Amino acid sequence: MAGEMPFEMPLVEMRKKIDELKQFGQEKGIDFNDEITRLEERYRQMESEIYSQISPAQKMHLARHQQRPTSLDLISIVFSDFMELHGDRMYGDDLAIVGGIAKLDGHPVTIIGHQRGKDTKDNIARFFGSPHPEGFRKSMRLMKQAEKFGRPIITFIDTKGAYPGNTAEERGQSEAIARNLWEMAKLRVPVVCVVIGEGGSGGALALGVGNRVLMLENAIYSAISPNGAASILWKDASKADQAAEAMKITAEDLLRMEVVEDIVPEPKGGAHKDYEATGEAIKKHLLVHLRELSRMNAAELIEDRYQKFRKIGEFTEQAMSTLPASRSEVNIEDQPQEELQSDVEPILGNEEEMKAKSSRSKRHS
Amino acid sequence: MFRDLFQKKKKYATIPSQRWGNETESGEEPQERPKREIPEGLMNKCSKCGTIHYSKELEKNLKVCPNCGYHMRLNAIDRIMMTVDDGQFTEMDARMESKDPLKFPGYASKLEQQKMNSGLRDAVITGEGLIDGQPAVLAVMSFDFFSGSMGSVVGEKITRAIEHADARQIPMIIFSTSGGARMQESILSLMQMAKTSAALARFQENGGLYVSVITDPTMGGVSASFAMLGDVNIAEPGALFGFAGRIVIEQTIRQKLPENFQTAEFNMEHGQLDMVIHRKEMKSTLSQLLDFHSGKGGF
Repeated sequence: MAGEMPFEMPLVEMRKKIDELKQFGQEKGIDFNDEITRLEERYRQMESEIYSQISPAQKMHLARHQQRPTSLDLISIVFSDFMELHGDRMYGDDLAIVGGIAKLDGHPVTIIGHQRGKDTKDNIARFFGSPHPEGFRKSMRLMKQAEKFGRPIITFIDTKGAYPGNTAEERGQSEAIARNLWEMAKLRVPVVCVVIGEGGSGGALALGVGNRVLMLENAIYSAISPNGAASILWKDASKADQAAEAMKITAEDLLRMEVVEDIVPEPKGGAHKDYEATGEAIKKHLLVHLRELSRMNAAELIEDRYQKFRKIGEFTEQAMSTLPASRSEVNIEDQPQEELQSDVEPILGNEEEMKAKSSRSKRHS
Repeated sequence: MFRDLFQKKKKYATIPSQRWGNETESGEEPQERPKREIPEGLMNKCSKCGTIHYSKELEKNLKVCPNCGYHMRLNAIDRIMMTVDDGQFTEMDARMESKDPLKFPGYASKLEQQKMNSGLRDAVITGEGLIDGQPAVLAVMSFDFFSGSMGSVVGEKITRAIEHADARQIPMIIFSTSGGARMQESILSLMQMAKTSAALARFQENGGLYVSVITDPTMGGVSASFAMLGDVNIAEPGALFGFAGRIVIEQTIRQKLPENFQTAEFNMEHGQLDMVIHRKEMKSTLSQLLDFHSGKGGF
């Protein structure tokens, strides 16, 4: 086995000991069977202990594992007859997103996913799985095509985020993402999304407006990468592990918050240990959801998707705090303008805050 | 002329620093010092060109720097007053607040601090108002609350406002300004992008007019959702907007960026906007757009 995580090292050492003992016994012709059975038992115990309590930070590292299966790896297992289609018909073909038509259990579907590279060269060609606007626009083209022909859409989410760069901004990165969210909300066919690795920010969500959103057991999904959050909040990107714990990024957390509907179990130790088993598990779960969704007509599918996202968010309408001025409670219709303005006067903060608010109204002080 | 004014002030300001020294001994807060020199709020410094102006003069100029034309950031209330007819605005969901859903370290106290500083409950005010007698639903963001970041409250209030516009069959106008996602609400914050965009899709498909007004700055999750989805997209001059900010890009890919990167003018040049409109003409432009879309069609 390769690519063990630091938290798996006790298992690796134990396995080594058992193997050494076996070999020693064979060489010397001594019977260690009792001892080996005892050790194997201890190994299994330790294994279930370690894998049952993987922390959010450890999951973050598993989700980013170099050998974790990519969209293309899983597509070849989950689907048959995959035919890749290319290009956004506007500017180019972004290899950070792959898409096309394939068959799932004999039925044609459209499949779209973020695609990380397998090695450095591949990664450069695929921008490390971070799409430009043309990637999002290609995905949109393929989704509209699927809609036209009544094919269900399946997306695999696996990106650190949309590509941050001049060219991406020039060509409308924001618009490309926003348009995907807008268009996906209206699709007349079933949409099922699976977060297979790292779901980072708007670049992930641009493939994520589905009737059902599934997550692999060790996948993560967040508004900003834990590294980014740590560098903004604590001015220290190395505190990513700490941020991962605070940000509630695991499949379990998201299931609890009703952001995802289903968790797809991974093989012991993570998806990279067994691609085949991971793919089969995804297929099994996809079929359950697609069978349910295929009973809905277009209007029901759109309404179902609308309600899924409509209910997300936690807030109170009790007005917990008393503001320095109570303007927020008043209906400000027909109130004299002067009075309203005075109510929003800030209380004095420190100098830095004042600087940040230099453009604020000061007229009544 | 402004330069002279500036230097004069600067010299003047050196004298009382000794006075402040004495005050410190008597236990005064040192941070208070610089603000004591000029009567509070009398003068305002432009954060772009550094010139100092009388606040009254700036107010008259709609907080646009008379020297360099910089459109200063506005509190949501100021913006609403500039846009609607003489206080003709009824606020919706005025009591909505964040609940700190993830129990994120430090978030609850930061929220309290932001409320006290801005006088707002969260980063957006929504409601229905009249523009030259024409009804519209407005959602106006405020950068002075948590950098205008979008969490559950911003997403919910904007979604409700859009649904209200849809039910009333009147236009929707959103003034955006935001640093992006409220990361203390992580995934819930991200999902507000999908929620607001889905509400807009429904409203716009039903024939509703949505005008997006982008103000300085509008980045990240807000830029990549409702801000870029207008039937008409307008920006104020010089307003920065884009997905990934300059610093993020420079740090991640070390790309050299043009000077006007992500300004309204840059985005205009690259086809992301319909127009760049000076604050003075914003109300009349919106009014004209509402008028264009008020008829039933036909001659």
